[in-house]
Amino acid sequence: MNDHNAFITAEPIEPTDDGPLSGQTVAVKDNISTAGVRTTCGSEMLSDYVPPYDATVVERLKEAGATIVGKTNMDEFGMGTTTETSAFGPTENPAAEGRVPGGSSGGSAAAVAAGDADLALGSDTGGSVRCPAAFCGVVGIKPTYGLVSRYGLVAYANSLEQIGPLAPTVEGAAELLDVIAGPDPNDATTHDPPENAEYAAAATGDVDGMTVGVPPELLEGADEAVRDSFDATIEQLRAAGATVETVSLPSVETAVQAYYVIAMSEASSNLARFDGVRYGISGGEGNWNESFASAREEGFGAEVKRRILLGTYALSAGYHDKYYKKAQDARAWVKQDFDEAFESVDVLASPTMPVPPFERGETLDDPLQMYLADANTVPVNLANLPAISVPATETDEGPVGVQFVGPAFGEEAIVRAGSVLA
Amino acid sequence: MTVDDAEVEHVASLARIDLDEEEIELFAAQFADILEYFEALDDVPEVDPDAELANVMRPDEVREGLTQEEALSNAPETEDGYFKGPRVS
Repeated sequence: MNDHNAFITAEPIEPTDDGPLSGQTVAVKDNISTAGVRTTCGSEMLSDYVPPYDATVVERLKEAGATIVGKTNMDEFGMGTTTETSAFGPTENPAAEGRVPGGSSGGSAAAVAAGDADLALGSDTGGSVRCPAAFCGVVGIKPTYGLVSRYGLVAYANSLEQIGPLAPTVEGAAELLDVIAGPDPNDATTHDPPENAEYAAAATGDVDGMTVGVPPELLEGADEAVRDSFDATIEQLRAAGATVETVSLPSVETAVQAYYVIAMSEASSNLARFDGVRYGISGGEGNWNESFASAREEGFGAEVKRRILLGTYALSAGYHDKYYKKAQDARAWVKQDFDEAFESVDVLASPTMPVPPFERGETLDDPLQMYLADANTVPVNLANLPAISVPATETDEGPVGVQFVGPAFGEEAIVRAGSVLA
Repeated sequence: MTVDDAEVEHVASLARIDLDEEEIELFAAQFADILEYFEALDDVPEVDPDAELANVMRPDEVREGLTQEEALSNAPETEDGYFKGPRVS
């Protein structure tokens, strides 16, 4: 079942009850804790780490009758857009040979695309569910911040990330969201969903009367083939009765910068726990400074080191106001822009990624080029909003997706919009 | 924007990550590009964040947690039921 290296550990976990997912198989990203089954985060640091407890979403899957088929490959600690930074080797894209599956939840998307699992869970800090969904031709949802518990998710940038579902269809992804959504006493940032919210039931394919906003800023950098595919999608929505309007979001011009400053800063703090004492690789002899520094040199890959160092730099004396504080302003500006946009439209639409799947190895030597590809996904995380990626017309270079963004806790609207297409 | 090797080494020591010579040189070049890209944040207007956040409280009651054995199960080194860390100095 592991033809595409989609799984790091292919060890089944049985359900504890019958429920809406009985008979269904689910692949779980390897940064989501599974009691008794190793959880590596795609890192050498945690190659032997076996959590003593389940993440809340894993408990909910088991109670809903799902069989977990394995733990999926990912960019190390979620830091990447290609699943090539994994310490366990890259994942192949089952839908585009020789190209990356996207990241960081590339194993989850590839498992669904290859039919190795009916459904999958990923995590999305700046696009890590939606990007691989787009590149592998499946559906992925990034829920509103606070809709899904992060208890048991190994933190990368905790103010931005959410666990989200992947599936072949919008209805399938929404059904999985129905199972994992809802408050959790172990995650104080969780929130009650809107009353009577039923996400799978919202996949009606009916967009008659819906207003879809298109921000030109999210089309500017897109490849021609991606734009053609997106235009075809917009025509489909119009034909189904939706009204399409142009809506400007000037703040997204600095969203990628703000995202990387905030994510790297939070990562530098969150990953400080990996010192080789309670878990992970031991740094061996020497005083504690030497031992920790040696454990972290050995345990972390290049992209993780890069982000921890840049985050440390951005928070260090003399630079905090220039980088971190300005990034928080940029984040508040993005949120304000989206709030204003949703006064006149029901959902916003854009290409999920500005490019088709990269060729393998294309971005490994140029991290900045990889960061720039996140232009359309990171604004959503900065604004804490829900978004879905749905397959659009395929390009010659592989699958691409269309992204619908909704207002906070407006998952039903994006499910409805997406269900016209898949 | 230029970043020299000494700056990379300083930040790496703050973050407690040893780097080899090759990594230091590579990171200095890449950080210069990335930090130059971040310069665009200088032009962002000051924006008041939304004040719609509320504290979430719970009663301070004893609850079940990990057992000592579970808590120690992933530690590279333990002694007498404790984590064993490196010497302090």
